[in-house]
Amino acid sequence: MQNFPSITDTDTSVQSELSTLNLGPTHPATHGVFQNVLQMDGERIVSGVSTIGYIHRAFEKIAEHRPFYQITPLTDRLNYCSAPINNMGWHMTVEKLLNIETPKRVDYLRVIVMELARIADHIICNGVLGVDTGAFTGFLYMMEYREAIYEIYEEVCGSRLTTNIGRIGGFERNFNEIAFAKIRKFLVDFPKVLKEFESLFNRNRIFVDRTKGVAPVTAAQAIDYSWSGPLMRAAGIDYDVRAMNPYSSYQDFDFEVPVGTTGDVYDRFLVRNEEMWQSLRMIEQALSKIDKEDPTIFHADVPEFYLPPKEEVYNNMEALIYHFKIVMGEIETPVGEVYHAVEGANGELGFYLVNDGGRTPYRLHFRRPSFINYSMYADMSQGMLLSDAIINMSSLNVIAGELDA
Amino acid sequence: MSTLNNEALFHYITARFSDKVVLIAEPYGLLTVETNRENIIDLLEYLKTVNELQFVYLTDITAIHYPDQEKQIGVIYHLHSLKHNIRVRIKVFLEDGDAHIPTATGLWNGANWMERETYDYFGVMFDGHPNLVRILNVDDMTVFPMRREYPLEDPNRVDKKDFYFGR
Repeated sequence: MQNFPSITDTDTSVQSELSTLNLGPTHPATHGVFQNVLQMDGERIVSGVSTIGYIHRAFEKIAEHRPFYQITPLTDRLNYCSAPINNMGWHMTVEKLLNIETPKRVDYLRVIVMELARIADHIICNGVLGVDTGAFTGFLYMMEYREAIYEIYEEVCGSRLTTNIGRIGGFERNFNEIAFAKIRKFLVDFPKVLKEFESLFNRNRIFVDRTKGVAPVTAAQAIDYSWSGPLMRAAGIDYDVRAMNPYSSYQDFDFEVPVGTTGDVYDRFLVRNEEMWQSLRMIEQALSKIDKEDPTIFHADVPEFYLPPKEEVYNNMEALIYHFKIVMGEIETPVGEVYHAVEGANGELGFYLVNDGGRTPYRLHFRRPSFINYSMYADMSQGMLLSDAIINMSSLNVIAGELDA
Repeated sequence: MSTLNNEALFHYITARFSDKVVLIAEPYGLLTVETNRENIIDLLEYLKTVNELQFVYLTDITAIHYPDQEKQIGVIYHLHSLKHNIRVRIKVFLEDGDAHIPTATGLWNGANWMERETYDYFGVMFDGHPNLVRILNVDDMTVFPMRREYPLEDPNRVDKKDFYFGR
């Protein structure tokens, strides 16, 4: 892959021996349940085999036995660092199947939540990349703002990590004033910290030496391995689902798609940082767009698919019927198949839903970016130093939940 | 940016493959075609390499099991042309017990794990795959769990039986 000059002895007159290193499944340097059995020649990796599936929970099988609205909590547990993007992706897939058109205000609220989730995810990835290269400070500064984002989620939906945010057709409740206040406060506070974070790292000699030129990936290799997301953009391909196949009214927003050139760890770091700036821009735009919309709208007017509020269920016959039908999975759904992709924090998160009109999906397949991005890892590690392989894994931002599904 | 629509795309496909590739439908605007395992690699290569198409990006490979059909196992490919920003879905149906299909790893390295996952779930044999072993499930598992004959729920529970509410 890398075609680093392998330093393994080819001179057969010298006695040589490789050692086997089990990196993982629970290794403090790998941030998750990843096992790689490496053949090492000193500090160099000669070859490696990735073993995955340690937290495989058979979500695709479970999804075949759950009504649509019960699948949202499963998607939480794919990439749990940015659960709202998964939730929204799933809602939009079902809405596409059911031909539901969401009001603009719902789209903009979704953009806010999704971009906050992207920032939260990139905070973790870039913060931890700093930790892995020996700089704890940046991580600590940034982590506080993941907390701020979680507080916004909490205000919107009541939970923090696995959010189950939103419903098919919109949100379960309107955003309250506290939520908007917290979003505005975040927009004021976070840029300062992000700037400080960048000034700590971007031209830091130790960090640059440690990351530049490590695990470079060409554009051709990125396509060959079906990479997507910040990794692919760092390799120089400006493929972003938000720009190419806009969903949730992303076409109304003015944003840039940052691209790198070499695809190395440093470029990935820069791309993620820049994406956070772009996300902030989009949240700002969304807030000003929302001001022009009717503040009472927070879901589409689709009573047969959108779970009615509880007081309605107790006092209104139609609402009771719809509530029963939705909860029992008795809603009328069209027979068909739909592929919907959203730009997850790690890349193209796709939902391939085949529906036969029954209570549950006939088949649901998740196109999980972490799973596909990670398939290059063992190949690209060949000839790499072990310490480089660690920060390479860190900057791939593979999330175990999304890897194993 | 040039435009390539479903009609033109299908025209390109039929020009080369005539009746070996049939149009199934265009659900939600995504052109879906069916072919057989003799032609699948040729079709993928054609879509990938022809200058006017350039479906260079393999989005996904997965499978689906229809126990009531004569050809039970469907293998489904999603490709994406980054140049023309258009996607295509290709299906190949295989008979159970003879679920062999040539591998796409010669065209994309990314197909490696996708095919391993599909094998792991459905038992589809991708002939020529460099390392077709289970990926998510344990190595000594004897069944292919995503096939319909393996129920998920406790078989003793009656409240989830299909005859109450349909599937």
